[in-house]
Amino acid sequence: MSSLSSNIILVIAVTSIATYLSRSLGVLFSERIDENSKIFRLFDCIAYSTLAALISKVVVFPAGDLVEANIFIRLLVVFLCVSVFLVAKRNLVYPTVLSAILLTVLIKFL
Amino acid sequence: MISSGYFLKGFKSVRSADSPAIALGCSFLAIGALLKNIGFNFQQSFFSTFFTYALPGQLVMAESFLIGASLINIFVGVWLVNARLFPMAVSMFPLLKAKNQPKWKYYLSCHFLAVSSWLIMKKDYRTIHEDYRIDFWMGIGTATWSIAIFSTVLGFLVSDYLSKDMMIGLAIVNPVYFFCMLLGSMKNIVIGASVILGTILGPVFYLVSPEWCILYGGVTAGVIAFLVGEFNE
Repeated sequence: MSSLSSNIILVIAVTSIATYLSRSLGVLFSERIDENSKIFRLFDCIAYSTLAALISKVVVFPAGDLVEANIFIRLLVVFLCVSVFLVAKRNLVYPTVLSAILLTVLIKFL
Repeated sequence: MISSGYFLKGFKSVRSADSPAIALGCSFLAIGALLKNIGFNFQQSFFSTFFTYALPGQLVMAESFLIGASLINIFVGVWLVNARLFPMAVSMFPLLKAKNQPKWKYYLSCHFLAVSSWLIMKKDYRTIHEDYRIDFWMGIGTATWSIAIFSTVLGFLVSDYLSKDMMIGLAIVNPVYFFCMLLGSMKNIVIGASVILGTILGPVFYLVSPEWCILYGGVTAGVIAFLVGEFNE
């Protein structure tokens, strides 16, 4: 096995362990938590807000391929797709499909 | 053992009108192509999603691997970006508790915890009998996890046919889908405040600490939203 290949296996292992750690500790911690308690409601708020923080961070300060699209184009696409979502009686298929097409077209022609 | 009826009901939930299948598929298609481009082979790409199944973490892994980061740096980077899974688990697994269910189901199925499966479970858990919610959850998780693995493999195989513009287009699908789903879940003032404050504070804290912004922004927004709820009771 080449050193690159064994490096990749180690990288996958480390990534998987780091991810499973948060998931399993969450299960362990939740064993002592009642769904009607205040601590449950607090974690519910933190879960929703952390997701929102992650998603807005991905749009405003992205990593990967999204960096190559201008921030105003990214925000315009999100705004238009959310508007479609609200107008189309909260149908998720239209904004999802539209977002990929819209961004691909806009970065090609703007 | 696992109730096949509830498991299948959960498995089939990804076929609904608000299914995350398209968003998940597009995102992991892009991950599969990215992994091939940075030197992963077919099996390594497959096992990356099989064992990790967390899009932001896999992106961090790919970027860290590209710049030759140490294993410790990769571990910390992935742990930070995936730390959101801890509050997500704490705010979901108490809803799945049942005295007649073995613990191994909870520790095995927590691997399926992702934004897509979590949002489906939070939306549908009330419709499922308490004793079988874990089986329903395992069905949802198996379905979303399978879509992610299949799409990663597909992305690996078709990566040569995906242009740069198409890859950028695919990358916006996930945030748009999940933002719409979060908007759809704003059914009361507390969840609404959590989502709105988190959306604002995530990028704001990025200016202070790029590595910790999701945790800082998320926890600050969540605590404020919780207090808003307490004062409104």
